[in-house]
Amino acid sequence: MSINAKTLDKTEYFYGHKACAGCGGSLAVRIALKVLGKRSIAVLPAGCMSAVGFNFPQLCFGNNAIISTFAGTASMLTGVYAGLKAQGITDFQAVGFAGDGGTADIGLQALSGAIDRNDDILYICYDNEAYMNTGIQKSSLTPFGAKTTTTPAGKNIRGNLRQKKNMFEIAAAHDIPYAATASIGYINDFMAKVEKASKIRGTKYIHVIAPCPTGWGVASDQTVDIAKEVVDCGLWYLAEYENGSFKINRRPKEFSSVEEYIRRQGRFKHLNDEDIKVIIDSRDKKWEAIDKTYSLQ
Amino acid sequence: MRPYLREKIPSSIDEIPSATAYEAGYLVTKNSGWRNVRPVIDTATCVGCQNCYLYCPDGVISIEDGKAKIDYDFCKGCGICRTVCKPGAIRMEAEK
Repeated sequence: MSINAKTLDKTEYFYGHKACAGCGGSLAVRIALKVLGKRSIAVLPAGCMSAVGFNFPQLCFGNNAIISTFAGTASMLTGVYAGLKAQGITDFQAVGFAGDGGTADIGLQALSGAIDRNDDILYICYDNEAYMNTGIQKSSLTPFGAKTTTTPAGKNIRGNLRQKKNMFEIAAAHDIPYAATASIGYINDFMAKVEKASKIRGTKYIHVIAPCPTGWGVASDQTVDIAKEVVDCGLWYLAEYENGSFKINRRPKEFSSVEEYIRRQGRFKHLNDEDIKVIIDSRDKKWEAIDKTYSLQ
Repeated sequence: MRPYLREKIPSSIDEIPSATAYEAGYLVTKNSGWRNVRPVIDTATCVGCQNCYLYCPDGVISIEDGKAKIDYDFCKGCGICRTVCKPGAIRMEAEK
């Protein structure tokens, strides 16, 4: 039976932190640690979760946790794993929580190396679609059209010109033992994936969408709702990669309105109907590819 | 069990660790001052479904005797609990 609210560890391992009210990333970290339990060792690079979790003497992690260099999440995870293994300790899970910038831009080579060595680590990327901790700069996981401080919206250029990189498929292309995408809007699905990953030996990668109310321009109580809507409208999808094949966990029969999803966020408010059409077209193209290559669960 | 608020706040230089390790879950400040609105649970309507407990980014909600209970020391008043509460047992009240 998969894990649920009743069977989940009642202990809080991420508590009293200084994340903004309604932070999606902190929810992802909190839930993942509750699934993994006190024998997990968390590694956090520069980014929101290390900035809000370690304000000495306020130390918000109830388990062992350590800050790594920005680029070195995966290499420090390897070190934690190798060090404890050398001491004969086996009942632990080394888990990394890096943001989208720390994963897809700065930490990509370290992650690639760890997957290549197939070290027994779990890497969780909480994707809030920009460098939120430093004040909203574009990362390679920022979606098309989003306004950030480095991709401002003006008369000629309307926000980010590039499409979001598909980090999940990049991780899968290494032939990783387990990779998955998730959303904090579907928390039971996320919990089940973290639990499944913790039982697989080898490198695991989970990419979880974690909206940032500050950077996305939504109210703090809408974080979970918008994380659900991004899946329902087809701009994000819940999938798994295992034993060399892709599996889609949720195939909406009919997508909800992309325009509604876009219009409720401050970062997209400059977009015109033409831009929204570009977004819808790229979504349809992606789903065409998904229907061809992914199997339905 | 959660990390809890400690009475002793390290203040002098010899109380600060010289190595890289310090006790996990050592809390010295509350977050309650961040709040403009506070969630209030109507225990008569609450069915103890645990949705608010599950989705709270700060983990301040626990279920005690089948009803949700909030730790106001660390609640930031984001209102996610109210949004995810299906029976509508949570209302937001302005902080005075």
